[in-house]
Amino acid sequence: MGVRIGVVTFPGSLDDRDAQRAVRLAGAEAVPLWHGDHDIQGVDAIVLPGGFSYGDYLRCGAIAAHAPIMAEVIDAANAGMPVLGICNGFQILVEAQLLPGGLIRNDHGGFVCRDQKLRVENASTAWTSAFDEGDEIVVPLKNGEGGYIATDETLDRLEGEGLVAFRYLDANPNGSLRDIAGVTNERGNVVGLMPHPEHATEPGFGPDTADAMRSGVDGLRFFTSVIEGALARV
Amino acid sequence: MPTILVEVMPKPELLDPAGKATAGALAKQGAASFTDVRIGKRIELTVEGEVTDAVLAEARRVAEEFLSNQVIEDVVAVKVA
Repeated sequence: MGVRIGVVTFPGSLDDRDAQRAVRLAGAEAVPLWHGDHDIQGVDAIVLPGGFSYGDYLRCGAIAAHAPIMAEVIDAANAGMPVLGICNGFQILVEAQLLPGGLIRNDHGGFVCRDQKLRVENASTAWTSAFDEGDEIVVPLKNGEGGYIATDETLDRLEGEGLVAFRYLDANPNGSLRDIAGVTNERGNVVGLMPHPEHATEPGFGPDTADAMRSGVDGLRFFTSVIEGALARV
Repeated sequence: MPTILVEVMPKPELLDPAGKATAGALAKQGAASFTDVRIGKRIELTVEGEVTDAVLAEARRVAEEFLSNQVIEDVVAVKVA
């Protein structure tokens, strides 16, 4: 049986269909999950997609973090299931305290949408094992509240324990402290990042590369990482 | 019906981009008396019946656990309006 990856749709999710498509392009079955259910349908991994759940009311991700299905997502994450939070999904993971730190409005006050270069800082997580440490990748980024913050003490701990998963290269798009684009938990099964790997998974629709326009598919390896990991466990 | 006010502010040591943008706009309007602006939230919780100590304690709990994110914000007041 193939690997099944769930994608949760919250009210206001935007990139749930794109995440499902990325899962299929990587070779797994995409399983739509609903925020109001208490059922993760026996999936092998879970993606919390981008968007503006609950209109970003209260704080980005704050209300979604208390959605019914999050009880099961949190239990699964604590039991070691791979969980990836993209953009709003990252905000939900920090609000659910599955990842450290917080995300605030971009320091320049504007919304940013561009192809963003990143460095893979930790290639041993469930979602990055198909990369090599130090790989430079390009995936789209689009956010208004993507500034990663944490106390100096937390930042030092993240750096010391190798929990910074991705760092912005060339330019920091949102004032994130220490150029942090994504982080992982200690176990390496929960990863969150503001940029959007699911938008760089199909030739013709990804970022430009030196070879050809829109041919960038660096985002695919997030999903192949977790698929290979799930197959290795069978 | 009584109302409990919860006031939440971004932590003082963190950048408050909304406050900073507003401070810049005030300066451009010539409102020169103000050197800084910080913007937080005021949340009104309506209570049916009396605000007992238990109700206030519950308001403080939800203020700390849900209405604010202690990583980036502080609850600066929980009080009866």
